[in-house]
Amino acid sequence: MAEENVPVLETKSLGIQFGGLKAVNDVNIEIYKGELIGLIGPNGAGKTTIFNLITGIYAPTTGSYMLCGKRMNGLKTHQVVDEGIARTFQNIRLFKKMTVLDNVKVAFNKNMKANLFQSIIRTPYFWKEEEETTQKAMELLKLFNLEGFADQYAENLPYGKQRLLEIARALATDMKLLLLDEPAAGMNPVETAELKESIKMLREKFGIPILLIEHDMSLVMSICERIYVLNFGEILASGTPEEIAANKDVIEAYLGKEDEDEGGDD
Amino acid sequence: MPKIMKKKYLINIIAVAVVFLILCLLFDTGLLGRKAAYFNGLVTIGMFYTIIVCSLNLLTGYMGEFSLGHAGFMSIGAYASAIATTIISDHVQLSSIALYLIAIIIGGLAAAIIGVLVGIPALRLSGDYLCIVTVAVAEIVRVVLSNVGIKPITGNATFGKSFAGIARVSDYHYVYITMVICIAIMYCYIRSRYGRALISIREDRIAAAASGINVTRTKVLTFTISAAFAGVAGAIYAHYITTLVPTYFNFSKSSEFLAIVILGGSGSMTGSIIAAPILSALPQLISYVFPDFASYRMLIYAVVLVVVMIFKPTGLFGGKEFSLPDLILDGKRKKKEKVS
Repeated sequence: MAEENVPVLETKSLGIQFGGLKAVNDVNIEIYKGELIGLIGPNGAGKTTIFNLITGIYAPTTGSYMLCGKRMNGLKTHQVVDEGIARTFQNIRLFKKMTVLDNVKVAFNKNMKANLFQSIIRTPYFWKEEEETTQKAMELLKLFNLEGFADQYAENLPYGKQRLLEIARALATDMKLLLLDEPAAGMNPVETAELKESIKMLREKFGIPILLIEHDMSLVMSICERIYVLNFGEILASGTPEEIAANKDVIEAYLGKEDEDEGGDD
Repeated sequence: MPKIMKKKYLINIIAVAVVFLILCLLFDTGLLGRKAAYFNGLVTIGMFYTIIVCSLNLLTGYMGEFSLGHAGFMSIGAYASAIATTIISDHVQLSSIALYLIAIIIGGLAAAIIGVLVGIPALRLSGDYLCIVTVAVAEIVRVVLSNVGIKPITGNATFGKSFAGIARVSDYHYVYITMVICIAIMYCYIRSRYGRALISIREDRIAAAASGINVTRTKVLTFTISAAFAGVAGAIYAHYITTLVPTYFNFSKSSEFLAIVILGGSGSMTGSIIAAPILSALPQLISYVFPDFASYRMLIYAVVLVVVMIFKPTGLFGGKEFSLPDLILDGKRKKKEKVS
């Protein structure tokens, strides 16, 4: 049972400083198996910076982070992916001039074994592996109802589908932890509902823990089990959605302080 | 291997063989009479141009990085292979095919080694910065070759600087087969998981890394392969022209290769394969008719490049490939559908 208690992701006073600015400071987050955690906060609070720290795009200046108890500091982005952290991006980053199918197949690359020689000579193994990868990729696309778009360029997908494709691509890396950066940004209500269903489906089917950055409060409140609130690079509060919704500091951070002068007039 | 691919390979092999037979018919049977040698030369030059332009397309079209130094890798391949074959033929008598094989292997290897050495530090850069580095590398190579000559212990040739008396073993039969193999290797590379990773880096470097692609390794590998084929082209050139002059491999040569890639369509092997022989032969053919033309060649290139960029910025083929098997097989399928 000891293994059960090791958090999938644990950050220990994680922080990064750009010049004199502490963009992220002393952040402690723990995510356990199967959890869906929300990370919210006003614009510029440092949410995406935390993702960039965890995925090796930035190197933390203080603290450390662990995946299933393994220290991950200093790993490059592709090594982080090898270890099992996958992510999506706030502003969609698909491989636009590649087909939807190839977008997903790229992410399977790290588990493919055909070496350079086999790939160029096109040995039977090469064909077998390509075939298997195509099948696996199609299965993933089916989960998101994207199989009909497989041969289209990713840039030609409607906006909501592009978001889903990004999640499908992240899943293809066979990860232990999924980071979703504002997946509902720019979506209309129908697309958001579709996204919500997809996230639920992910949890039922794969049981992977998810860390979700999101501004759509109704989405966060309805699906997250625990929420961390970030403000000015520091964790302001954490707890269940109900606790967060009732937390004074959080309301203050989002809406500002009640005017003291007005209070005095009473 | 899927069944449809077997059919496609068969059609491709037949097409390659047909072109080969046409070339043989033109040059070996005396059909062209006295002009055979002239056209033979044009075709051979066109073929090594095709190899080097395709190799540059690998960088420009698929990796999305410009290299203005491919003439440098070509000169490394040319000099390395020429030195090797000159030394070898001083000591042993080899058949021309053996000498040719040694030349292209040594040329490719030498350029690949320099490619790795340059690529590892240089490929941390991208875009304009990488482009400048490739220019610098090519210029360094050219200046070194212009000024440093080595006299080997045996024999009486001086290597480096201008270098004459190279064995003429680049027969067009061999060159044609080499070209086909080189293109096939590059094509299969692009259509493998390596190529997929490469194109994903072109599309979005950060997303590629976040999908588990080792960006630096993929880039260095591609750069090396590209350099190796530039070296092969250099080896063919050296053993066709038989005299090497360092100034031939200058900046305008590099930019000429890049211009051909862009005209043909970056990201399209077909574009390079069609544009390279035509654009390498066109100036020669025109100056055959108008003897003054040669000096205006670069001017014409510039004008053509500007016109293409305005009317078809993606080049003639714009990233698309032409496939004879697809054309034939799709045609058949449509006929069947019509019948049924």
